[in-house]
Amino acid sequence: MNVKEMEKQCTIIRRDIINMLADAGSGHPGGSLSVVEIMVALYYGKMRTNSQNPKDPNRDLFLLSKGHAAPCQYAILGEMGYFDKAEFKNFRQLHSILQGHPDTKKCPGVEASTGSLGQGISIATGMALGAKTAKKDTQVYTILGDGECQEGQVWEASMFAANYKLDNLTVFLDHNGLQIDGTNDEVMSLGDIHAKFASFGYEVFEVDGHDIQAILDAVNTPVSGKPKMIIAKTVKGKGVSFMENQVNWHGAAPNEEQRAQALKELEV
Amino acid sequence: MSEMKAIRIAYGEALAELGGKNDKVVVLDADLAHATQTAKFLDKYPERFFNCGIAEANMVSIAAGLSTQGFVPFASTFAMFGAGRAYEQVRNSVAYPNFNVKLAMTHAGICVGEDGGSHQSIEDIALMRVIPGMTVIVPCDANEARKAVFAAADLQGPVYLRFARCPSPILDMDMPFEIGKANVLNEGSDAVVFACGTMVPIALDAAKELEAEGIKLAVVNVHTIKPIDRETVLTYANKCKKVITFEEHSVIGGLGDAVSDVLMGQGSYSFKKLGVQDKFGQSGKPDELFAEYGLTKEDLIAAVKAL
Repeated sequence: MNVKEMEKQCTIIRRDIINMLADAGSGHPGGSLSVVEIMVALYYGKMRTNSQNPKDPNRDLFLLSKGHAAPCQYAILGEMGYFDKAEFKNFRQLHSILQGHPDTKKCPGVEASTGSLGQGISIATGMALGAKTAKKDTQVYTILGDGECQEGQVWEASMFAANYKLDNLTVFLDHNGLQIDGTNDEVMSLGDIHAKFASFGYEVFEVDGHDIQAILDAVNTPVSGKPKMIIAKTVKGKGVSFMENQVNWHGAAPNEEQRAQALKELEV
Repeated sequence: MSEMKAIRIAYGEALAELGGKNDKVVVLDADLAHATQTAKFLDKYPERFFNCGIAEANMVSIAAGLSTQGFVPFASTFAMFGAGRAYEQVRNSVAYPNFNVKLAMTHAGICVGEDGGSHQSIEDIALMRVIPGMTVIVPCDANEARKAVFAAADLQGPVYLRFARCPSPILDMDMPFEIGKANVLNEGSDAVVFACGTMVPIALDAAKELEAEGIKLAVVNVHTIKPIDRETVLTYANKCKKVITFEEHSVIGGLGDAVSDVLMGQGSYSFKKLGVQDKFGQSGKPDELFAEYGLTKEDLIAAVKAL
């Protein structure tokens, strides 16, 4: 897909997200909508994937450390054919392959079970270490939430990734500035997050997290001997006017009226 | 007097041996490689050894990631930190996805000794046993530790291995080792003791002494706490009717509860759980601590006679 096509795909993914959440009656729209361009760029514009053989040994690996944005991952996996899109309506329902947070035992294309914050980045780091140890050229990508950076484990993993020079690991920070209880600064300031990640040993990039070309440019910039951190400035709830930058849309599903309104704004 | 050897030392030796037979085995430690004995693996296979620094939570999740790439990670630190501090990583990064990670933790129980209660894990069996799909193994001597390491590597899925720090007797018997299959080490019909780990040699000593008094104590080595060998537990409980459990762990949630879960509703038994009685440990020599917390041969003999 070229960038234009990926931009169009983002709208399709956003529509899937809204429908999934409205059907489920619960879930996390804000953070699912803020990572759409990052994930579309990775899945459609960068990673080696194989929806017909999700365990293809030559695939690259993606892990959603901020697992509550699962609807975005499910939308992409479904659109790519990892499973039947009819599964979307079962999101968060009993016996569904689409659990509230990604479950590798249930959902094809989900590489590990994430969502307990701080653990996904460590697991991704372990995958990157494993690929290097096995002398494979596998690339590993993960997305952190900004609130997630309050977890100490994020920094344990970061120290580890730099120590072992894991230049096959790319970490995105979905930096939308909001978390459940308020803004990052109201809850627990991240301080100078760029400087913090740089001092932990990442090559740090900053991009507009809704600019697919900028995301791909950062992803494609070669870095050797250290892991890559791409701080993506994003808008929580991006694409749906009444959800944008609204903290109360972190973990609330749209009702029917709101669904209709959102879908109207997301015409393909 | 039996030869003495710390179970953790046997772990380190077995791991190094395993490393030569299986190049998928990788080892992680959290700055305790000389205490946990994983340094023996490091010496032979440095390219497959990853020190994680003092960051146990990350270590467990890193192991999860490594397992997805076809490796068989053994992650080691003290039981307090591996099962305690990193509990939720064990639960969510490893067990929830059923990843093939071996959590091999040393310095379990009170025989840690002088380091004191902050470092004596008496809750780890309980913590690990409650996790769905987790296999929990507590070897009773150096030979069994070796067999347990190899068996764990062959089992697909998460395994918790619990090793003691202090020197303990190597049993003078050739025991088979099959995960989930308890070993009857001494036949008896008057009472049965289900024991694990460091308490097994002590139980055998007690049985010998009781035999001189005409009391036949069956000694069953329950090296696998989960899945527990229901058949052997029921057979010996029904045969003896007097049942004692004996473990270097809290009486809450460990072997004692695992055995009582099996027996609940199955018949009428006299039942006594010997272990740490809902208290924290403290500094002291291992033998002093066993005496202080009621884990001696004399304690077991008294319990048998009291039932």
